[in-house]
Amino acid sequence: MSSARPLPNVAFDPLRWRGDFPILAEQVHGKPLVYLDNAATSQKPRAVIDAVSRYYEHHNANVHRGVHKLSELATADYEGAREKVRAFIKARSAREVIYTRGTTEAINLVAQSYARPLLRAGDEILLTQMEHHSNIVPWQLVTGQTGAVLKVVPITDAGELEPGAFERLLSPRTRIAVFGHVSNALGTVNPVKEMTTLAHARGVTVLVDGAQAVPHMPVDVQDLGCDFYAFSGHKMFAPTGIGILYGKEKLLEAMPPWQGGGEMIRIVRFDQTTYNDLPHKFEAGTPDIAGAVGLGAAIDYLAQVDLVAAQAYEHGLLAYLSEQLTRVKGVHLIGTAKHKAGVQSFIMEGVHPHDLGTIVDQEGIAIRTGHHCAMPVMERFELPATARASLAFYNTREDVDALVRALGKAHEVLA
Amino acid sequence: MDLKDLYRDVIVDHNRSPRNFRKIADADKVLEGFNPLCGDKLTLYLKLDGETIRDLSFEGSGCAISVASASLMTERLKGKTRSDADDLFNQMHDLLTRSEQPADLESLGKLAALAGVREYPSRVKCASLCWHTLKGALHGDAASVSTE
Repeated sequence: MSSARPLPNVAFDPLRWRGDFPILAEQVHGKPLVYLDNAATSQKPRAVIDAVSRYYEHHNANVHRGVHKLSELATADYEGAREKVRAFIKARSAREVIYTRGTTEAINLVAQSYARPLLRAGDEILLTQMEHHSNIVPWQLVTGQTGAVLKVVPITDAGELEPGAFERLLSPRTRIAVFGHVSNALGTVNPVKEMTTLAHARGVTVLVDGAQAVPHMPVDVQDLGCDFYAFSGHKMFAPTGIGILYGKEKLLEAMPPWQGGGEMIRIVRFDQTTYNDLPHKFEAGTPDIAGAVGLGAAIDYLAQVDLVAAQAYEHGLLAYLSEQLTRVKGVHLIGTAKHKAGVQSFIMEGVHPHDLGTIVDQEGIAIRTGHHCAMPVMERFELPATARASLAFYNTREDVDALVRALGKAHEVLA
Repeated sequence: MDLKDLYRDVIVDHNRSPRNFRKIADADKVLEGFNPLCGDKLTLYLKLDGETIRDLSFEGSGCAISVASASLMTERLKGKTRSDADDLFNQMHDLLTRSEQPADLESLGKLAALAGVREYPSRVKCASLCWHTLKGALHGDAASVSTE
């Protein structure tokens, strides 16, 4: 399992990078901002903000359309960013890298364009109990359209997939298996490479929701072997509104377009339209060019940071966070898997998570409270909601200490 | 903004020991309210006698603001009429959503403690859940009410 490899002991100084994120110098309620809601969205480094501004100030034009200079520059920016994404996830070809609005749209694309034509009544889609709503609802829509059914891999009290359950639930009717790389509500890192191997051994196609993985660890889609890998820019320090669907070229080639419009066509006649080649076939309409530029800049930035060193640092910080939380009176951790990344959910006896969120916000601390778009996880743990602190490499032990101090006040306020 | 302005003593007290937190077995109206944003859920029970609310109670789970608001509501409306309930709904709606403080805070009694919620826009729905549920129970045919 990739996450089980011992992490290299590389010196990593978060303070060296923290200053690159202008918003981290903000004050909230008169206190320095402590941003611990990175699983919802990450903050953006100056390099990304500047790249987007530079694009609008110097290169802005529509892509793949004009013969004028600006259109050529914008197209070069847009396609240059695609090549950066390809290298970032180690895809074989840039034709396998489709721009989307985000993870959600990427999953919907696969559900509608790949799964829907394939599925027959009684066919099975295998997913897990820890999925984000965006990796549940698109599949539910497809079951309604085709008569296929969802099968759910249950999770343990620790928040891990029940041992052996994934393999057991792969049946002769399973057509596609879809699962998160890292759980947004629990932080669990799933053994996606092994799961992919098991699925492929039975001829089952695999989609991995990588939204919570890409900010925390290097991802190599060829090594994982999955057929589709979806992720968002905004959780990996890029702007909102841009995301990626990676798909194996052979599968993407065979899939019909999902949305129609400009850009995705070659010849349009009223009696017949010829579609464009990959990846443009799936990119109808004027895309989020500035978002793509920002995503490319985020990838360049992450190359400087060194994700491997950052991963080791975050791993230690997450352990510190979990340990410190258990020392707070009445706090219980939710999500205690052996392999985790970036996220710690928790509850406090006698204090609803929503109140916790408001109380720590007064100290300038941003955490997420609620169901984290993972209601089946909440149901599994019989909780209406949890509080969740989630990390990025710019977080420090001081951030964790500030949260722990603020949580201590909750009892005072509500006692 | 001081947290004590939101979590006033009355609210802390009603959160810790909610009043009328029980089921009414022979209720005339039972309605569920749900705030999907935070997972707050409550079930409201009403026992009516013509125009009079003979008894009302609630059960469920929620944050301090939502529990206290429901507790205060049940305490206040027991024995009052449907039309009193409608008036109070409107007053509470103004209290929670209007930018300026209503002139007649005094008539709200203990419910005026919820005035601080207005300064926390993300929490307004917590306080208003039980009121929307009440309105649904008195006027609607829906089986549940959602604040979304």
